[in-house]
Amino acid sequence: MSTPAPKFREKAQVLDDAALDRALTRIAHEILEKNGGAAELAFVGLRTRGVTLAQRLAAKIAQIDGAALPVGTLDITLYRDDLSIRGTPVIRGTDIPFSIKAKTVVLVDDVLFTGRTIRAALDAIIDLGRPKAIQLAILIDRGHRELPIRPDYVGKNLPTSRRESVAVRLREHDGEDRVVIEEPEEA
Amino acid sequence: MGWTRKDLLTMRELDAGEIVLLVDTAASLQEIATREIKKVPALRGKTVVNLFYEPSTRTRTSFEIAGKWLSADVVNFSASGSSTAKGESFVDTAKNIAAMSPDVVVVRHSSAGAAQLLARELPCSIVNAGDGAHEHPTQALLDLLTIREHKGHFDGLHVAIVGDITNSRVARSNIHGMRKLGMTVTVAGPPTLIPPFIQELGVKVSHRLEDAIRDVDVIMMLRLQHERMQNGLIPSLREYSRYWGLTLDKLARHARPDVLIMHPGPVNRGIELSPEVADGPYSVILDQVAKGVAVRMGVLLLLAGSKGGGDTP
Repeated sequence: MSTPAPKFREKAQVLDDAALDRALTRIAHEILEKNGGAAELAFVGLRTRGVTLAQRLAAKIAQIDGAALPVGTLDITLYRDDLSIRGTPVIRGTDIPFSIKAKTVVLVDDVLFTGRTIRAALDAIIDLGRPKAIQLAILIDRGHRELPIRPDYVGKNLPTSRRESVAVRLREHDGEDRVVIEEPEEA
Repeated sequence: MGWTRKDLLTMRELDAGEIVLLVDTAASLQEIATREIKKVPALRGKTVVNLFYEPSTRTRTSFEIAGKWLSADVVNFSASGSSTAKGESFVDTAKNIAAMSPDVVVVRHSSAGAAQLLARELPCSIVNAGDGAHEHPTQALLDLLTIREHKGHFDGLHVAIVGDITNSRVARSNIHGMRKLGMTVTVAGPPTLIPPFIQELGVKVSHRLEDAIRDVDVIMMLRLQHERMQNGLIPSLREYSRYWGLTLDKLARHARPDVLIMHPGPVNRGIELSPEVADGPYSVILDQVAKGVAVRMGVLLLLAGSKGGGDTP
């Protein structure tokens, strides 16, 4: 709110559109392989880009396996451990229009960093019911975990420094499919 | 759009952006009511005190449920059977409560300005849950959320507010909110129950129910408080209900087929609303009550969960 966000400039491209698509195709196959098919699977994406990635993974599984898997949307704002130090909480709503009971829920997000968002997401999902299992699919794992959390499916492992930022740009939001590393401008 | 206020006191002081932020936040929180486990940890460790100097079931319960669904600890303080009965002043009582470090105090009082007074005196957040005939902002916000969910938008809608306008804090808060969101408001009632110079708030005035409800999108009926009759402001309940009571017949003859009927409760059945209208297809009265919990969750979350003017990482 009052402190201006530092400006970032692009440092390097990590994935182009073809590489991003290949990564998602591979993850879709890995999900089917690990779970022995698509039975009792459901996707839950984290707002905002995790939802888009979850929809794309569901579309890929529909192509490969013919199964139409449900995709839900999770807003973890109410579960954050830093709610009171982040300015105005912006609640955009959770929308999971199917029962997660006894399902294997594949949680999808774009970037895995400290793990705190995923910790909040696990609590949020478990408040909605008792899934059989929760698995984690991530497009970019940039390291620096602060909690004992690890992904089951990773698009790309990307060593970064803490001051850098990883931007996942998706057609539906940003007009292009691309992942870049950014660094602060005055450094 | 950030929330920067310590308190929620009036609709009059909010701008359109703040009103929409409150309504949007409440809209997103409605989903919690449909869950099997109706609790999220957002306000864990926060304390909300309901300080009610006037009888209230709906509003106090609504704040209490809202606080509990957000995991806050909610404590009720009602004036009867408390230190007030032993002669302690309003501000002294409030200061004693504040000394117990609550995060939010929700106050209802029969005197206009009571919430403002506390906001000045106490360091915690204050929510006005009705102060005399002045304002009742969370009621206006839940009315606005109900209207938007049924009509899809605010801009250009026409609302008739009918009944005892002079003594209604619900009417006053709604008029301020609706005007800021680009809605047209007509207030209607017998001349004895319409305050002079009400046009200065940007509303139209009507003294005939049949005219007031024609072509409006929403009809908001207000509760007739029986004590008004003793004061000679209306001749009799029977006459009031004949001229100002809303019936299916009047609706069919004068109102649009898609009109919404709202009422802040509690309803005097057979006086301002016939039972057929109160329970009829146009009525969204119980929906208003459900949305009240979501609105109060939104208000508590923005007041106690925001770091107003803080450093966003």
